[in-house]
Amino acid sequence: MVHFTAEEKAAVVNLWARVNVELVGGEVLGRLLVVYPWTQRFFDNFGNLSSESAIMGNPKVKAHGKKVLTSFGNAVKHMDDLRDIFAELSELHCDKMHVDPENFRLLGNVILIVLATHFSKEFTPQVQAAWQKLTTAVANALAHKYH
Amino acid sequence: PPTPRPHACLTGGPVPRRLFASYPQTKTYFPHFDLHPGSAHLRTHGAKVVAALGDAVKSIDNISGALAKLSELHAYVLRVDPVNFKLLSHCLLVTVASHFPADFTADAHTAWDKFLSIVSCILTEKYR
Repeated sequence: MVHFTAEEKAAVVNLWARVNVELVGGEVLGRLLVVYPWTQRFFDNFGNLSSESAIMGNPKVKAHGKKVLTSFGNAVKHMDDLRDIFAELSELHCDKMHVDPENFRLLGNVILIVLATHFSKEFTPQVQAAWQKLTTAVANALAHKYH
Repeated sequence: PPTPRPHACLTGGPVPRRLFASYPQTKTYFPHFDLHPGSAHLRTHGAKVVAALGDAVKSIDNISGALAKLSELHAYVLRVDPVNFKLLSHCLLVTVASHFPADFTADAHTAWDKFLSIVSCILTEKYR
């Protein structure tokens, strides 16, 4: 189980309070699909994903991105219980969605980069490190039930 | 092609600071360095890395040629485990993203990610 120090928790919670989940969620998922086009394999029914502008403007991408990031917000609220919180989602991603856990790592890193564009100088090495730890822990939690 | 003028934000240490803070295991490659922020070791080494990236950008259609010597150095002398190139690349991207939020669009992000993964590939291609 991952242990977060008080400083790490504060760094995460403090930033998260100012994240526009709807906006950032869409950006994060959009960037994943643009930067790593092979991740589009999971979204055949999303319509037009043919260019950066198509992807970033795609309403299904925005909606799903919001859903994913909202779930991530749950992780922020339960940083000490990630395995339990994501147990069901882990099974779902394995059994129903057949998602390679490597994608969780890719998504986690994209979250960090988008946060960096939004928070700029405030996204210091220490803040980044706390968020790296969280995204890694979430990725691991989501992979935990794989079989 | 990658966005221009990133060098100013890359020298001075934000990249190694981010690398060592998020991935402390990467410090194992620098037992002989003073790793305090702003150290002469970090500044000199950082400048070398940035210069090499600059060379790669200048010869973007022949990165293999531009980095041939560096590739040999990594294969026969430095032998940095390939996983670390991804970690460094990621920290480079975070640094550039935080300095150029408006310019670092999804397309720019793609180009940079692709460029850095090609550089990483070339630097590890002589490993075996």
